Amino acid sequence: MHPAPSVIIFTTCSGLGFGLLFFLGLGQPAVTGFVAFVFYAIAYALAVGGLLASTFHLGHPERAWKAFSQWRSSWLSREGWCAVTALIVMGLYALGAVFMGSHWAVLGWVGALLSLATVFTTSMIYTQLKTVPRWNMNLTPAMFLSFSLAGGALLAGAEALAPWLLVLAGAVQLAYWAKGDGAFARSGTNLGTATGLGDRGAVRAFEPPHTGTNYLLREFVHVVGRKHAQKLRVISFGLAFVLPLLLILIPVSGVAIKHIFALLAVLSHLTGAVVSRWLFFAQAEHVVGLYYGKR
Amino acid sequence: MTQLPQSTERKMGLVIDLDTCVGCHACVISCKGWNTENYGAPLSDQDAYGANPSGTFLNRVHSYEVQPAEGHAQLIHFPKSCLHCEDAPCVTVCPTGASYKRVEDGIVLVNESDCIGCGLCAWSCPYGARELDVAEGVMKKCTLCVDRIYNENLPEVDRVPSCVRTCPAGARHFGDLGDPNSNVSKLVAEREGMDLMPEMGTKPVNKYLPPRPKDQIEDQIDILAPLLAPVAEEPKGFLGWLDKTLEKL
Repeated sequence: MHPAPSVIIFTTCSGLGFGLLFFLGLGQPAVTGFVAFVFYAIAYALAVGGLLASTFHLGHPERAWKAFSQWRSSWLSREGWCAVTALIVMGLYALGAVFMGSHWAVLGWVGALLSLATVFTTSMIYTQLKTVPRWNMNLTPAMFLSFSLAGGALLAGAEALAPWLLVLAGAVQLAYWAKGDGAFARSGTNLGTATGLGDRGAVRAFEPPHTGTNYLLREFVHVVGRKHAQKLRVISFGLAFVLPLLLILIPVSGVAIKHIFALLAVLSHLTGAVVSRWLFFAQAEHVVGLYYGKR
Repeated sequence: MTQLPQSTERKMGLVIDLDTCVGCHACVISCKGWNTENYGAPLSDQDAYGANPSGTFLNRVHSYEVQPAEGHAQLIHFPKSCLHCEDAPCVTVCPTGASYKRVEDGIVLVNESDCIGCGLCAWSCPYGARELDVAEGVMKKCTLCVDRIYNENLPEVDRVPSCVRTCPAGARHFGDLGDPNSNVSKLVAEREGMDLMPEMGTKPVNKYLPPRPKDQIEDQIDILAPLLAPVAEEPKGFLGWLDKTLEKL
């Protein structure tokens, strides 16, 4: 699949933003006043910024509001609802924390749940696609949720939870890569089933329908960069999990140094998450590529 | 509404004969010609006369080589367009309700004024039947020439999809695949029409007729051959000398 910058920014930033909102909703940290304002500003900048980025790849962004209508069948529509309600509920909760110094617990829990639900619905947009076997796995939502929780815990400064969530997200990431590598072969779809000619012999794409490229090839067949996939996996894993874990576990004295290390941990994790998400798209193979003799 | 109908009154669709298709691409051209100037936004081209031409097409013809375990390879031309699936994943993923499947005839259509061009329906289609038009920013797909098949301004003979009307080999057939007595259903039953990627669970309405088996050439085609003098197994004369000399080297 074509790794469009808009969807990579969208899924990583909004995942991180909603992860932070989840922890803020649970009162972790139970901040008030100006400190709370800063926390919520970061969370909203990430979540809303990500959502706005996602509209950049639309053919008609001005009609995006119509996407709220089909929540009965469409995960994309459900994601829209979850995101907007999570932002509204957490916005009210933030008003209480910033201006009244009070935490309306029930509202916070609802907001936290809706924030996680938003990440889950985002992941289901990809998971539901049988046409992309590498995404069509239970591990896809697990990966999105564990990334969001680990990143959220890092941003929220949840010192006790963050290391465990990083370890969990790292484990899910490794499992996702291991299982994903064989997903296309396991799906049973090949040029034989695609053409229905497989029982007659070995099918080979002989001549494409046209000499140039087309929308399908641009969108679904992305082979550039796949050859560096293993190196990028190591880079992604190191930046997203190993380095942040070291940075928050190294005992340091002084609040300033601690905050700098925490900031570095967040930036490292975010960079690693972007690389991981790039691989998520670039390595995903759509079955339509079979018709063109490509993957 | 992007929920699929429980059932449709008719299942209008195409039957494509892989045995007869000669790969002339006339259906591709007539499809583009009809659909660029009728239903919905035109099918745009980018850099049409430049170095990297590309454009929106609703129907494309691939060619495949099939190499059996024994015998000659076979070349099969393979037209591909929307299969108007009964369980169309492109319809249910649509967030705006722009994609829908009609109850009356099962045709899958896009309401272009509701389409936000998110591309998710194309992602969900295993067949590559949907293409986002670059100029218009909306999703384009085969309409089964919905503006032809019921069009009383056209002579009756023309009230079939443009690709069917154009095919010079008679490789494309149009009809109601929900009616077991229709000509297309009979054709599918007779020729063992098949689904593409049945494992995807999309239940395509369009069917493909597999190529008929080729005539087998018997071992002995000339009845006089056994009476002819056998050809020398070992080379003689100059070639024999050359063979021996080269062996020795």
